[in-house]
Amino acid sequence: MVDGLVFKSEDLASATESASLTRGLGRSYGDSSLPAGAETPVADATAADRLLDFDPDSGVLRAEAGASLFDLNRIFLHRGWFVPVSPGTQFVTLGGMAASDVHGKNHHVDGCFGEHVRGLKIRVADGRIVECSDSSELELFRATIGGMGLTGHILEVEFTMRRIASPWIWGESERIKNLDLMVSGLKEAARDWPMTVGWVDCLARGDHLGRGILMKGRWARPEEAPTKPPSRKGRIRVPFEFPAVALCKPSMKAFNLAYYWKHFQHVRRGILHPDAFFYPLDALDDWNLIYGRRGFTQYQCVLPHADDNGPARRFLELFVSAGGMGFLCVIKDCGAEGKGVLSFPRSGMSIAMDFPIHPSKTQIIVDRLNELVIAEGGRIYLTKDTFTRAEHFRAMEPRLEKFTAVRRKWDPELRIRSAQSVRLLGDRA
Amino acid sequence: MKAVLFGATKGMGRALARLMAARGDRLCLLGRSAEDLERSARDLEIRGAQGPVATAFCDLLQPESFAPALEKAERELEGFDAVVVTAGVMAPQEEMENDPQLAARLLAADFTNTVLFCEESRRRLLEKTGGTLCVFSSVAGERGRKPVILYGAAKAGLSQYLEGLDHKFRSRGLRTVCVKPGFVKTGMTAGLKPPPFAGEPEAVARRVLRAIDRGRPVVYAPAAWRGVMFVIRNLPRLVMRRIEF
Ligand SMILES: Cc1cc2nc3c(=O)[nH]c(=O)nc-3n(C[C@H](O)[C@H](O)[C@H](O)COP(=O)(O)OP(=O)(O)OC[C@H]3O[C@@H](n4cnc5c(N)ncnc54)[C@H](O)[C@@H]3O)c2cc1C
Repeated sequence: MVDGLVFKSEDLASATESASLTRGLGRSYGDSSLPAGAETPVADATAADRLLDFDPDSGVLRAEAGASLFDLNRIFLHRGWFVPVSPGTQFVTLGGMAASDVHGKNHHVDGCFGEHVRGLKIRVADGRIVECSDSSELELFRATIGGMGLTGHILEVEFTMRRIASPWIWGESERIKNLDLMVSGLKEAARDWPMTVGWVDCLARGDHLGRGILMKGRWARPEEAPTKPPSRKGRIRVPFEFPAVALCKPSMKAFNLAYYWKHFQHVRRGILHPDAFFYPLDALDDWNLIYGRRGFTQYQCVLPHADDNGPARRFLELFVSAGGMGFLCVIKDCGAEGKGVLSFPRSGMSIAMDFPIHPSKTQIIVDRLNELVIAEGGRIYLTKDTFTRAEHFRAMEPRLEKFTAVRRKWDPELRIRSAQSVRLLGDRA
Repeated sequence: MKAVLFGATKGMGRALARLMAARGDRLCLLGRSAEDLERSARDLEIRGAQGPVATAFCDLLQPESFAPALEKAERELEGFDAVVVTAGVMAPQEEMENDPQLAARLLAADFTNTVLFCEESRRRLLEKTGGTLCVFSSVAGERGRKPVILYGAAKAGLSQYLEGLDHKFRSRGLRTVCVKPGFVKTGMTAGLKPPPFAGEPEAVARRVLRAIDRGRPVVYAPAAWRGVMFVIRNLPRLVMRRIEF
């Protein structure tokens, strides 16, 4: 962890007065929420977590940017409301959700979180506080959605909550034999299901490449759902740090296989706890401990669709052959591009994987993956990124020019910056 | 429960108010900034507080604001049965040693004025059938210690006062709850390195609310601080002079 100056206060407006960046719960895997340098103060938004207005007729909610999704779920789920888009962890803030323009299992129908944001209150670099939306300061609004905090400090977020039929999920999971079936399964499921995602066994090769589990879900109808609300069940914890030897291949493989064969039935369906469906990883509280002290990184990219499943196949093959060990690989077909100038998703296949950081190998793996992503016309997800090189990023982001223009207009001296913007955009440390 | 909360827009008070809102209590917030009070009132309403959350101006540095604030609370809530005081002033010992005005302000706020506010609340609670007066003192009041000499002295006086109230008025229905928080991770302590046994505001608030519901006269929160302070109270002076804690 990088040490630095952190301002945390219930009063985010004053905490951001002299800060060079604002961060939320720090759930981004990459360096986007870390300070540009040891002398650049960062505001911590998490104490600014008040809900300011909720209209139960329209579902419009306005809240301070540090409000967490965990809190919203606790308050709203049992009243029949849910956020329009949820990432795979609930330990995120609204500010972080807007700044990363997060996507979820419903991206193919509902797009990113930003599509549902009606307005943002932002402190921009010169100290002014600006209200922006599609009808006022549109450029700033759209650059801030997915802008990784680089256009200003988000103080408040207003967005529309979604009415749900019950707080339970009706889900179906299916064992899938290989990549072709996974991709066609996702595409097919997208027609009938509002939420879909695939988990792929990253270590399977050859005929088994891309095997895994396809998950589909929708909110359960009241008559299907249990009458009592979902409990706040105790979380399973990874009780101690696995020794580094547990990271060698056989045990990773065992983990993947165990997961795969747990689903020995071809199809399972039934009622699911919303936490189990949306946040399986939150159940393992300190789950990153599984990787031991060396820590881990994540890589996520989206590859445009091709007639065959070539892009995803080439990507997985490269990952396996480059020695990128990991047990977690999530695959999701994305819908259309959203309104954020730098938002990650675009129509295509998104692939996300975790792997332990290796002092020399990780950079090489990421470089090779990025070269493939550039060749396929895809792009990476900034919120997860720590290792991409500036030249690779420029090559995959024709939208960068537009983003930089808006950013410079509001912040000519580029005062607002992060460790990530130093690395990728050449900002001063 | 119908509760008046002084200082609940931030930190521990905010966490406690949210728990009370979530279980449907009726609340009135006292504080200095109207805008800040309104924002917290909306937050608590959305979280489930019963009816509109009322607010009233009250400034710990202006004792003349106490009676009108409690009067307004009484009107808005149609009577109340609990008063919770988390308001207080905090300043570094070093700074106060060089700034007598700052020291005077802290001593006035954390001792004299807090006691005056409690007196005003006590009278009103006793006029009815009684009720609960819950006040946040501090473990700093348990022993004279180098980093918190003035703050600790004010809190020691406050704890003593609350104990006296409890002895005299419990039989008439006034339940006094003296909270002694150890280190809790809030905006106030942000930037300080959390010591062992540091508490999360929500867990601490849950413990305090239980104490309020049961009318326990003294509550340490987090619980581990009870033991920690037992040890510190019994350390010989020779040791206290040497350590910086
Ligand atoms: C287990 C797990 C699963 C995940 N699954 C998904 C997923 O399915 N889909 C997905 O899209 N993401 C996913 N993520 C990523 C996560 O949703 C994002 O990284 C999110 O932005 C984290 O929010 P945060 O509050 O922790 O922000 P941080 O990590 O603290 O910050 C992230 C970025 O947002 C900026 N930021 C935060 N708050 C503000 C503010 N108030 N003003 C301005 N900028 C701000 C920061 O500067 C930084 O650039 C997952 C992460 C984890 C750990």
